[in-house]
Amino acid sequence: MRIIKKGKVDKSRCVACGACVKACPIGAVTVWKGRHAVIDENLCIGCGKCENVCPAGSIEIVAREVRQSDAQTLV
Amino acid sequence: MRKRWYDYLWIWSILFFALGFFNILFAWLGLIDFLVPLLFAIIGGNKMFCNRYCGRGQLFSVLGGTLKFSRNKKVPGWLSSKWFRYGFLAFFLAMFGNMLFQTWLVARGANSLTEAIQLFWTLKLPWDWAYTAGMVPDWVAKFSFGFYSLMLTSTLIGLIVMALYKPRTWCAFCPMGTMTQGICKIKRDKDESAPLPTAHE
Repeated sequence: MRIIKKGKVDKSRCVACGACVKACPIGAVTVWKGRHAVIDENLCIGCGKCENVCPAGSIEIVAREVRQSDAQTLV
Repeated sequence: MRKRWYDYLWIWSILFFALGFFNILFAWLGLIDFLVPLLFAIIGGNKMFCNRYCGRGQLFSVLGGTLKFSRNKKVPGWLSSKWFRYGFLAFFLAMFGNMLFQTWLVARGANSLTEAIQLFWTLKLPWDWAYTAGMVPDWVAKFSFGFYSLMLTSTLIGLIVMALYKPRTWCAFCPMGTMTQGICKIKRDKDESAPLPTAHE
């Protein structure tokens, strides 16, 4: 087992300002149709920059355990 | 990431206040910041203005983020709660409406023009150097003073919350942001056939 970190958006709190989009170093975040941010789990490296800039506290970095074989494809 | 021309729009935010300091009539240009976000939301169904072109958001990022004039503390939850966001929007629209009403009163000749700006809707600040009486009809000048006051007050609120919490705290309850997000949500609800969000979108 291995632990990976990914950003998670609370859609009900997101104000869709796009601060996270600008903060993301690899372009994994987009604002979907002006409604809320969406993080591409396949690209996210869990660095937490989006969580740090979010003015609405709607992004959280969550850690979860994955099997070694799945971790290969996710990371 | 490579900087693009629109990453420098924070300069516009400063320029706007500088221009209005010398000639209040430049305040009319502030309508760009009022209409463009609405056009993006109504026509494009997006918040591209907030996401990319908002000079004020960028200014807060530069001052609070790059130059570190922000404590960068967690923003209190109520500031981005629905009731506060919509309440603040209602308050702002009421103040905007009042400003239009005052302009109308001057246009009708019921009130005379005062060459002053009003901070936080209460503090009157003389601003007479920025206008020569008779340059334009009185109501045109009245709108300028009123709109400049609104822009300056909201920027000051934004700067205060920037210093206290995160750089872009203002964005959490910005009336334009609330309004445009609301429009985007209504648009999406109407268009049921729109695809659901996918990871790649």
